[in-house]
Amino acid sequence: MAEDSKPNFSNGAGAQRLRWKYLDNILNRPGPFTDPDWEPGEAVVEGLSRAKILGAGGLGCEILKNLALSGFKDIHVIDMDTIDVSNLNRQFLFRHADVGKFKAEVAARFVEKRVKGVKITPYCGKIQDKDEDYYMQFAMIVCGLDSIEARRWINATLVGMVDENDPDSLKPLIDGGTEGFKGQARVIFPTMTSCIECQLDMHAPRAAVPLCTLATIPRQPQHCIEWAHIIAWEEERKDITLDNDDPEHITWLYQKALKRAQEFNISGVTYSMTQGVVKNIIPAIASTNAIVAASCCNEAFKIATSTNPFLGFPETDNYMMYTGDESIYTYTFQHMKKPDCPVCGNLAKNLEVDPAFTLQDFIESLAERPEAQLKKPTIRTEAKSLYYQSPPALEEQTRPNLSKKLNELVSDGEEVAISDPAFQITFKFKLLFSK
Amino acid sequence: MTATTPPPLQGPTSKEKKYDRQLRLWAASGQAALEESHILLINSGPGVVGVETLKNLVLPGIGQFTILDSAIVTEADLGVNFFLEEEHLGGFRAEHTCNLLKELNPDVQGHYITEPVESFLSKPDILKPYTLILVSAPISPELLSRLETNAVASAIPTFYIHCIGFYSHFSVHLPSAFPIVDTHPDPVTTADLRLLTPWPALSSFAEEKTTELEEMSHHDHGHVPYAVLLLYYLEEWKKTHNGQVPQNYREKIAFRDMVTIGARTNNPEGAEENYDEAVAAVLKSLNPAEASSAVREVFQAEECKSLTPESASFWIIAHAMSIFYKNHSSLPLPGSVPDMKAKSADYIQLQNVYKTKARQDFAEVLDTVRSLEKRLGRIVAIDEKEVEAFCKNAAHIKLVRGRPFHVTLPGEGVRWGDRAKFAAQSLTNPDSLILLYIAFLATDAFTATHPADDLGGAVKAPGEVDPETDAEKVTGIALKIIDDLISEAGMFIEEPEYSEVRSKAGEYVQEIVRAGGAELHNIAALTGGLVAQEVIKAVTKQYIPVDNTCIFDGVTSKSSVLRF
Repeated sequence: MAEDSKPNFSNGAGAQRLRWKYLDNILNRPGPFTDPDWEPGEAVVEGLSRAKILGAGGLGCEILKNLALSGFKDIHVIDMDTIDVSNLNRQFLFRHADVGKFKAEVAARFVEKRVKGVKITPYCGKIQDKDEDYYMQFAMIVCGLDSIEARRWINATLVGMVDENDPDSLKPLIDGGTEGFKGQARVIFPTMTSCIECQLDMHAPRAAVPLCTLATIPRQPQHCIEWAHIIAWEEERKDITLDNDDPEHITWLYQKALKRAQEFNISGVTYSMTQGVVKNIIPAIASTNAIVAASCCNEAFKIATSTNPFLGFPETDNYMMYTGDESIYTYTFQHMKKPDCPVCGNLAKNLEVDPAFTLQDFIESLAERPEAQLKKPTIRTEAKSLYYQSPPALEEQTRPNLSKKLNELVSDGEEVAISDPAFQITFKFKLLFSK
Repeated sequence: MTATTPPPLQGPTSKEKKYDRQLRLWAASGQAALEESHILLINSGPGVVGVETLKNLVLPGIGQFTILDSAIVTEADLGVNFFLEEEHLGGFRAEHTCNLLKELNPDVQGHYITEPVESFLSKPDILKPYTLILVSAPISPELLSRLETNAVASAIPTFYIHCIGFYSHFSVHLPSAFPIVDTHPDPVTTADLRLLTPWPALSSFAEEKTTELEEMSHHDHGHVPYAVLLLYYLEEWKKTHNGQVPQNYREKIAFRDMVTIGARTNNPEGAEENYDEAVAAVLKSLNPAEASSAVREVFQAEECKSLTPESASFWIIAHAMSIFYKNHSSLPLPGSVPDMKAKSADYIQLQNVYKTKARQDFAEVLDTVRSLEKRLGRIVAIDEKEVEAFCKNAAHIKLVRGRPFHVTLPGEGVRWGDRAKFAAQSLTNPDSLILLYIAFLATDAFTATHPADDLGGAVKAPGEVDPETDAEKVTGIALKIIDDLISEAGMFIEEPEYSEVRSKAGEYVQEIVRAGGAELHNIAALTGGLVAQEVIKAVTKQYIPVDNTCIFDGVTSKSSVLRF
């Protein structure tokens, strides 16, 4: 490049563009890793400002700030939550006075005011409220959702939207998640690269403590809290719906747990621990959220502008794992697409089962098995219905099967279809009897 | 404590509510350290990475911060820095970023200084008020060097940060001895049950709980804690192995088989959970209680061996600990017992056996500490809690030795010293980002000889105006650094590797120069997260810090931590 002239852009030329001086160095100059056919300049800037992008979830504050300062102009945000005082240690767009207001609304207004020229459209509700038409309008989706269920839902929706004859129907999904000093950022090109369902076993649910331990042989303070939560509440306050955010309810559980702990000479039950166990609190800090959200937005920026290679290009790395408690460690790799993925694959997934299990045992195990994680499964084979969660009439009709053993209901290697109200797709599993 | 009156309920305070999600990580002690800290940011260039770092420190509640920055807010700042608004154009960047950062947390005090770094640094003792210093490049090497010297003299941890385009780097200069007790090891991997060297109380407890093991009811047999089972089977094993415990991997496998066979399968469940746990624990639990190399390094440190009346309490305790280790061939028992299938009362009893021993070990170490204090004539006694915390985590303490930055002073090459060999070997390691680091050093050397003006030590970034010419110059500097390194290490890199190293370095330089000194907001935000996290570790003295150089490549989304 002979000179570093400032091109005249149709969208906000001159003084307005001075604001993007730094960004423009990258948008207007090729680099050693850019594609030889890539043409820097006006088209890239135009593309960036036209791209409609969706952000969602607990990393929303970081994502909105980063996208706005990456040159995106048309940003939508979805979040169903309202602001809680415990968000203020990291969700930096919120103040004490905002507690109780909708996150999406407050965050959108804040970033619009701070970064001039960016339009942010909030929706205060669940991602599941929206349909394919809604998601079709976006160039890509950046998610920092805090539940696996929501991730699986958006993943399955985007995979389902892909129409081979319409390249616009392929929406890159960029997903970030954190837990304390750890986190991950990953990019999914639905149907082309490994999807969230392919990677499900990397996020195994925590093993639940067996009920008999809670009921008869508690050893840890957490066992006493779970007992108060699951058993004592049911027995003594059945008619009151437990509200995790009601201090009176937490106090009741805390005192119950404390009393039980004293009976068994167990020490260590505290109010804070009670809250942590009952609400399944995951530690969260500003620095990890900043790292993971920025990594996601860096990938979004590269995808939108082609200013450098991005994660998720087929046959290349698509996943960055981050750990920060012991020095700093990242592992960036290619997670392989699974041919038996229930969402993006076409083969039934093998599932080893004990043939002596009752259907009830099997259903309970599905919630915990890392490769399934289905809480309210409805199960049928090609020939018959094994168990229906609803409607009540079907539930009643299939209920007797619950006490039957698996080898009475299916044959070794038979395929079953499992659906769950949390997901809009059917999972295909091939049941292999363990020897 | 009485069992009849219910304890008064201490609900969380409003501060505990706000900081709940982080207190679950670094606890009240870490929070207190943060709240006492005062962080100085010496800002320059686009200045985003430093401000993003502060954002991540103001939110969790550091005590105070000060921004030193003489820059005036320009249009370009508004496109990259979130903590500035249009109405601030023409004002001092330090003042306005400070004010907007303060809005994030009313508990934090923010200050700003608009004086140029050069005159600021010329005042004596000017760094004394600060707990930790962040310096963001570009800064002239002379000033960086002077700053580092002053900070080291006051043992103030200092960070030197680069953030250009898709790349970033930071180095940490910690004090010459930076010991950490509260390293937060993974609880799963740290159970220390001393099964190979049980003390009398543990042995007799195990014996009592396994009398007539074979005759027990299914219920009792299935509830013998796995630690007790392993102790029982070790005794059985010793009977046929000349009184020796399993000595090697092969014997451990044989021992594991012996435990497996002991499980009952004729019960209603067809298996026993406690035996499953015992079998799974064999390989990781049957290891001698030897101190790790990291712990031995602490014991062998000069500060540990030769105590003075002024020694830090860490060294006094470490010395007492080394005496304990010499006498017992093991570290003090931490005293915690992982959860295991057992009847409540048995488990609590087992816990107490471990707790009692841990208390005895702690008392012994404390005695030694007290006599050392007496011998040294120290007036203020070390807090018992500090000794206790040390005993609990003795196996996982860590010592980091602060190391200086590479400062590219004009006319002086980069010297790698005792790390030359490691650095030179890294040149051809495809997973190492050392070449990107060298590209940053070359950028520093370039800016050192290209002042933007003659005032206040301001410097010019390569590629601001003429990327092609600058890339050539910076590449030349980078290649010289590489050649000097290879010769300092006394090594030789053969073709084609040598050419590959040179061309890779050239690509990193080109990508840096492409940015022309620009920060990309995403990379600044990401790096601000990394640096803030490391600041938190340095201030709280918890977790394990980066030692001492971290490089991030936003093109490939990879990082590298190297010790230089």
